[in-house]
Amino acid sequence: MPETSEPIEKQIKKQKGQGVQLQKNTTDSASMTKDAARCGFCKSGNHQAAFFTDRLATFFFCSAGIFLVGLLFIFAGYIIYAGRDSLTFHFLTSPPRFMQKGGGIGPQLFNSIYLLIISSAFSVPIGVGAGIYMAEYARPNSVTRAIRLSLETLSALPSIVVGLFGLLIFINVLGWGFSIMAGAMALMILNLPVITRVAEESIRNVPVSLKEGSLALGATHWQTIWKLILPAALPGILSGVILVTGRIFGEAAALLFTAGMSSPHLNFGDWNPLHYASPLNPFRPAETLAVYTWKVNSEGLAPDARQIADGAAAVLIITVFLFNILARYIGRTLQKRGYSH
Amino acid sequence: MVSKTENLPKTFCIKACDHVINRSSPKPGYFFRETLGRYYTTLCGSVIILLTVVMVAFVAIKGLTAFIGSHPISPLQFLFSTHWQPDASASEGGPEFGALAFIIGSLSVSGLAVLFSAPLAIAAAVLIAIIAPQSGENFIRPVLELFTGIPSVVYGWVGLSLLVPFIRNCFGGLGFSLLAGSLVLALMILPTITTLATDALQALPISYTEGSYALGATRWQTIYRILFPAARSRILIGITLGITRAFGEALAVQMVIGNSVRIPGSFLSPISTLTSIITMDMGNTVTGSDWNNTMWSMALLLLLITFGFIVIIKILGSQRTEKRGSNA
Repeated sequence: MPETSEPIEKQIKKQKGQGVQLQKNTTDSASMTKDAARCGFCKSGNHQAAFFTDRLATFFFCSAGIFLVGLLFIFAGYIIYAGRDSLTFHFLTSPPRFMQKGGGIGPQLFNSIYLLIISSAFSVPIGVGAGIYMAEYARPNSVTRAIRLSLETLSALPSIVVGLFGLLIFINVLGWGFSIMAGAMALMILNLPVITRVAEESIRNVPVSLKEGSLALGATHWQTIWKLILPAALPGILSGVILVTGRIFGEAAALLFTAGMSSPHLNFGDWNPLHYASPLNPFRPAETLAVYTWKVNSEGLAPDARQIADGAAAVLIITVFLFNILARYIGRTLQKRGYSH
Repeated sequence: MVSKTENLPKTFCIKACDHVINRSSPKPGYFFRETLGRYYTTLCGSVIILLTVVMVAFVAIKGLTAFIGSHPISPLQFLFSTHWQPDASASEGGPEFGALAFIIGSLSVSGLAVLFSAPLAIAAAVLIAIIAPQSGENFIRPVLELFTGIPSVVYGWVGLSLLVPFIRNCFGGLGFSLLAGSLVLALMILPTITTLATDALQALPISYTEGSYALGATRWQTIYRILFPAARSRILIGITLGITRAFGEALAVQMVIGNSVRIPGSFLSPISTLTSIITMDMGNTVTGSDWNNTMWSMALLLLLITFGFIVIIKILGSQRTEKRGSNA
């Protein structure tokens, strides 16, 4: 037993000795640099203070980052925790009740999804088209600059201004009334700049050699775009579009005065888009989930408004997370299949 | 570039070029489609210009009707008066449309929000970009991107159900206040500013950091003396975008701010903003009335102030390119 303990003690002694030596070294170098010419970084010339400040700064940055992430997690956790009771099949499918407890969010959820599909049907073709133009055809001239400026303007506009514009054009001038169509158009205006930017960036990321190879083989420019560049840029475009639509799912301010704040009685057995009570009718008013979350608070007609809002907020946040995960998943799987660079 | 193509599966390249290889002579439709494709994409680009121009023009025309027409409101009164009594009858002194309280409300709530969130956002960006790039890139950044997509209504609702009672219990007052509004907005724009500031720091050439370390600078000295000044304009662009977003936010603010028309006296006083008053009064007023027209004037004002932010971003962006030009 003592045989084995001796070397360990020796080792410890050795380590201690090394430690002392190390400490000596550091103090030596510190004193050396103190004597040297004034360091450009430490005005006082006091390096100990500089190291201390550095460590303090590192601690500060780390704690700020942890605080930020913690804050966001608490935020999301609180919403899902508060809405946990409402996440039932009944709540998700049944219509809201007037002045009564136990109403659901069925029509609102349907409206949100339907609105999202219709607005994407308009914004994706136009946005991707404009993205192709910006990446492939645009020359550095005034038209291109005007498009860039327009895109920046559109993406910086407050969504309520977009909603008011929708009210002015689609409802006052065109006379559509509060309708899904008007809401979809307002959402399209909000979507368009982001989709265009995403499409342009994805197309620009496609290697030039692919394009040059195709052109060298005698393909026309459009053939190259349609059969080569677009498929290669697809993962980027697709995941960008899904992310944008996820954001649109929660948009409310632009819809208050376009899609309206009411939902007529919907007959889920009637799928003829021309009937007024049909859920598919694009010219009926449609209150979305986000608008309902806002309205249920400000009007407070339901006695369990708080519970409904908790549930609706949880559904909104979960949907946005799902969209996000879907976007990442699609981007990755398509890339794995070799549809990208 | 060459290495990028080498990574591509060969089958994809061959499949993709199939349309050229297997056709001996071009079909007549090819060049028609070429023109069609060109016209279509150009059309899409023009739609964007057209939309922007039409939108600005319509909002401008509608916003200016309050100042012309049969009962013109003085633009000076609108901009610099705090008397907001749109429903007062002529015997009570007449309807008065002074929007200064809303303008100051909007500016103070978004300014405070940025004051709260920008330091935290920049600190977190330093962590992601410089101190812990591995976990920052794999964990913190995806989380932040997730949170940029959360609906503003949800932020408003959490503010209403959690923050407002908290402020009421801790500091007294109603709870609905400037403080509540700016905290909700601060949380909302936090992920946006952090992501943009991270991009700004990551875009700096690695040689800056290496050179600084080689001269014997500590990490903090490198960050403070080299990286912050170098990334300054891009970080400021991120902050301005954050203000723009906070400034235009309507519902989240309206839910927690209390909506009483006055100039903010303290953090705890309930106030109104341009967006909140539009949200509340646009639906309740008759189209064509003076009251309704002033709502449009406020929308125009929102638009103009947003343009101001865009101009600031443009100036900051041009500073960056100028600097780069002189370096090269």
